[in-house]
Amino acid sequence: MANQTASLIEENQQLKAKIQELEDALAKKSAQHRVKITTMSSEVVDSNPYSRLMALKRMGIVKNYEDIRHYTVAIVGVGGVGSVTAEMLTRCGIGKLILFDYDKVELANMNRLFFRPDQSGMSKVEASEATLRDINPDVEFETHNYNITKVDKYDHFVGRIKSGGLQGKPVDLVLSCVDNFEARMAINMACNEINQMWIESGVSENAVSGHIQVVIPGQTSCFACAPPLVVADNIDEKTLKREGVCAASLPTTMGIVAGFLVQNTLKHLLQFGSVTHYLGYNAMKDYFPTMALKPNPHCDDSFCLIRQEEYQQYLAENPPEAESEDPTEDVVHESNEWGITLVDETPESEKKEELDPDLAKGLARAYDMPSVEQVRILVKDSTESQQETEEPVSLEELQSRLKGL
Amino acid sequence: MVDEATKRTLAAIPLLKTRAGPRDKDQWVGRLKEELVSLIKYVENNKKQDNDWFRLESNKEGTRWFGKCWYVHNLLKYEFDVEFDIPVTYPGTAPEIALPELDGKTAKMYRGGKICLTDHFKPLWARNVPKFGIAHAMALGLGPWLAVEIPDLVEKGIIVHKEKTSSE
Ligand SMILES: [Zn+2]
Repeated sequence: MANQTASLIEENQQLKAKIQELEDALAKKSAQHRVKITTMSSEVVDSNPYSRLMALKRMGIVKNYEDIRHYTVAIVGVGGVGSVTAEMLTRCGIGKLILFDYDKVELANMNRLFFRPDQSGMSKVEASEATLRDINPDVEFETHNYNITKVDKYDHFVGRIKSGGLQGKPVDLVLSCVDNFEARMAINMACNEINQMWIESGVSENAVSGHIQVVIPGQTSCFACAPPLVVADNIDEKTLKREGVCAASLPTTMGIVAGFLVQNTLKHLLQFGSVTHYLGYNAMKDYFPTMALKPNPHCDDSFCLIRQEEYQQYLAENPPEAESEDPTEDVVHESNEWGITLVDETPESEKKEELDPDLAKGLARAYDMPSVEQVRILVKDSTESQQETEEPVSLEELQSRLKGL
Repeated sequence: MVDEATKRTLAAIPLLKTRAGPRDKDQWVGRLKEELVSLIKYVENNKKQDNDWFRLESNKEGTRWFGKCWYVHNLLKYEFDVEFDIPVTYPGTAPEIALPELDGKTAKMYRGGKICLTDHFKPLWARNVPKFGIAHAMALGLGPWLAVEIPDLVEKGIIVHKEKTSSE
């Protein structure tokens, strides 16, 4: 009996010690959550998370770094590129981030950065918010777990771009980090409609090239103006084995593209350096083509045409200062003073009406499109041949006929 | 590239002419009618050629489509649910056809069971906006995908024949 009591007492003590140990660990962990900081300080102390960023001011790189807290960035797609983009902007102390994604974290994502295996099964936006809030509680977060290309979600998406910024303002910049053409076109459509600047980003399906493209509606080429640009990766299609897989991915290429994307976001928001319309990355050759992109006066997106008209009007009323003969070239961001770019130096003779300007070396279109003339002929043909199908049948009748087959 | 048989199939599917998406209200109804006419004709053609391989129907608004598709391999019929949404960017971009029950079973799929299309599909679609519709997406996208993937999945034992399927 006494023996038994003694062993129970001993067990009790061991358990108490264990509880204390766990409580201490927990207390230590929650003490690590830093409190919110109201104003960014440039004081260099080890407790200031912004000291090295504010040093950019002291060095004369950025005039007003703390302005970053007034900006809202929307990130569409929180995968390999988007999550890293979100983390960089969070660490930089952005004012607010709005994240859109409908996917869940999977173990198959672990070759990329940011997400951890223990987050498997969580929605990407939910997992992101948890980690990001921990990294920097000063940032405001808003997350949406849905597919923006769906008819019943799109209007909400557009609404958040229009008024999801701080104090209900429009967001300052939209970043496209999606992995498919449909979503890019949906962002493009929305941004043309509401006149919202955005930056597109992408990594090729073979993981060895990537790009970013700045879209300022009416001023630069929109995503529907021409077939997507591809960075020539010097890989023979015949040797590229696509059997059995859709896409490959590398954390390196994705990290590099996210870096480009955030670098240009910071340059644009904080107004330092210059922002190139297109920046490509060829990983096989370490080659980085850049170029300016003009909008297509025959773009299929009707809002793109309206924005182009508005911009021409604006230019007529506010003629750009001397130098730049071509109004579409970097009016906002002044001249491009880097010597290393391959920006298209389109000769005057080529200023004719054309679907595609000369592309920088190492860039190509994903595919050709028929010329405007060809399209007109085709449309005429199909309207002629379709006359017979014009029967006065109701929608419901056709729907039940299809169902009854 | 697109093979001769697919070309012939495509040529027999009525082309569409209304460039309107689900956000275009009245015009969308017109487009939807064209879609239905084109799909009905395509299914009828398939039946005539003893190559009937799918059935589709949609919600009232024509924004969400669902049905069955099947593929016969070694005299056995393999049937799958097929579904897709009409994106807001339609018909500028093709619908992303999905076979949810095969999600995770093959690398030739994106998340949610969306089938991986060939490099030729998107350029072909882009060049034929607004003339291509759902029927063309089925003929050019899902048809060839099933023909390549199903025999492979069966050989690997990843999918097995179910005793009795509901249709037929
Ligand atoms: Zn455009």
